[in-house]
Amino acid sequence: MSTLLEIEGLTKRFGPITAVDDITFSVERGEVLGFLGPNGAGKSTTMKMATGYLSPTAGNITVCGYDVRLHPIEAKRRIGYLPEGAPLYGDMTPNSLLNFVCDIRKLPRDQRRQGLDHAIESLHLHQVLHQPIETLSKGYKRRVGLAQAIVHDPDVLILDEPTDGLDPNQKHEVHKLLGRMASTKAIIISTHILEEVDAVCSRAIIISQGRIVADEKPSQLEARSRFHNAVGIRIAAEGAERCVSVLNEISEVHSVQQVVQPSGLNELVAFSANGGNIIGQVRTAIDRSGLDVVEMFIERGRLEDVFRDLTLGAPAAAEVKEEAGNA
Amino acid sequence: MRNIWIIGRRELAAYFTSPVAYVFIVIFLALAGGLTFFFGNWLERGQADLQVFFIYHPYLYLFLIPAVGMRLWAEERKSGTMEFLMTLPISTGQAVIGKFVAAWIFAGIALLLTFPIWITVNFLGDPDNGVIVTAYVGSWLMAGGFLALSSSVSALTKNQVVAFVLAAVLGFIFLMSGVEIVQAFFRAWAPQKFVDAVAELSFLSNFTDLSQGVIDVRDILFFASVIGVALFINTAIVEIKKSA
Ligand SMILES: Nc1ncnc2c1ncn2[C@@H]1O[C@H](COP(=O)(O)OP(=O)(O)OP(=O)(O)O)[C@@H](O)[C@H]1O
Ligand SMILES: [Mg+2]
Repeated sequence: MSTLLEIEGLTKRFGPITAVDDITFSVERGEVLGFLGPNGAGKSTTMKMATGYLSPTAGNITVCGYDVRLHPIEAKRRIGYLPEGAPLYGDMTPNSLLNFVCDIRKLPRDQRRQGLDHAIESLHLHQVLHQPIETLSKGYKRRVGLAQAIVHDPDVLILDEPTDGLDPNQKHEVHKLLGRMASTKAIIISTHILEEVDAVCSRAIIISQGRIVADEKPSQLEARSRFHNAVGIRIAAEGAERCVSVLNEISEVHSVQQVVQPSGLNELVAFSANGGNIIGQVRTAIDRSGLDVVEMFIERGRLEDVFRDLTLGAPAAAEVKEEAGNA
Repeated sequence: MRNIWIIGRRELAAYFTSPVAYVFIVIFLALAGGLTFFFGNWLERGQADLQVFFIYHPYLYLFLIPAVGMRLWAEERKSGTMEFLMTLPISTGQAVIGKFVAAWIFAGIALLLTFPIWITVNFLGDPDNGVIVTAYVGSWLMAGGFLALSSSVSALTKNQVVAFVLAAVLGFIFLMSGVEIVQAFFRAWAPQKFVDAVAELSFLSNFTDLSQGVIDVRDILFFASVIGVALFINTAIVEIKKSA
């Protein structure tokens, strides 16, 4: 594997605001890095610096061995970038815009045809190819923005909220596209959709107030959740109360959370006391009690939960205690 | 060079997809023609030349060129496309020159569309066409000067109206620096050398020779330097604004 993007000690201040605060990470070929963080965390600012648009207050960025500040053109040649909100020339059509990008990027004829075909096909742009971009729907605009980012088959792909505004089918298509391209590129996507991290990312960085608060595999992040290895049970309302007490009897169960679903079923979550697997114990206890359970499953962990803990700074344990009290 | 042309071509196409371009051309032609015939009494003068046609160009450009130049960078900043453009593998200078060239060609097209008046003067009399060609070139150079100023100013703001007003004011200063009132203002306190230098910066005095068919290299150099310096400043402004 080779490191395609390296960011070191990156800092950006806007007057008194420190938008990005000493961030260091690198992305290898084959990685899809999910860039997460609350609004205003500094995701877009980091991306703008990585693509050579903003100049950093401090720190270094290297793209495929080229320092972005010293060799901006060489670096930009190797980057495909979808800026936040996909700003594009509204007076152009997707066709003329993509050709403009190919011209600027000096693609030789074969590569150009291939790149255009691939981009137009992958993002389903056939229908709108000759319609002015300003008249396109939000989702289509985003897709044109994605197309212009991949048309030159760049080594480094930086996408700021690429699936924002896409319908579920298109979102799925984009996930598949990213999956296909992943092996040959280093990809960074920022997103607020946490399922997306599971769907496409091999690694996730969470930033909060300009600092990295987590940098690991999605599965490792999930393992931080108090829901990790918890057992979820759906049960009819009549049996719920008894089930809660049965679960609380089990020594490996830390606490039980109860939620009444709109369907009338109750969902119970039994948290693991030590984070280990407790499904065996739970199943034995339920079987012995003779309760009629609709569904039983192991939770992998909830990213939202981890995200909230990491970005609000509240320790996970405190919340568990509080909810245990309620249950 | 290639990049400049690719950017320029895109920009030029953008002019012609907007109705503003056609409105501009119509207004320019109407004013240029109207001023010549009604205020210049072109026909009554009984002279086969285009003096009274060119004499109004500095004033026309003062208001019309900022209208062409105001969108160059202000719109790019407002709509966010500047981020798209400036993350393509091009230098800031190439983008600045490319956009300027497009606008300058556009102004040139508007100027060329005044050709019926040139045909008319040839039809009615026997003018010195060399003088006319020189005057056209001079007029286009002056348009370039106004345009380069407008382009720089346009990079200062996201608001096109502000860009227009600033460009018109700046153009006015350059246009009028040779006129007696402005000169008198400087003469009151500045040394004569400075006053002369200010006069040298006047678009009006530099254009007058050219419009009369006198090819003075200094006049041409003057407009070329105004364009060069303004675009250099323009590039610096874009760099600063994009990184702020
Ligand atoms: N040009 C600017 N001038 C001043 N402050 C800015 C500028 N650009 C960004 N900021 C500030 O920097 C911080 C980080 O903004 P950024 O756009 O990077 O956040 P983000 O993580 O992308 O958020 P979102 O999820 O809302 O897109 C914010 O506090 C923002 O107000
Ligand atoms: Mg953002």
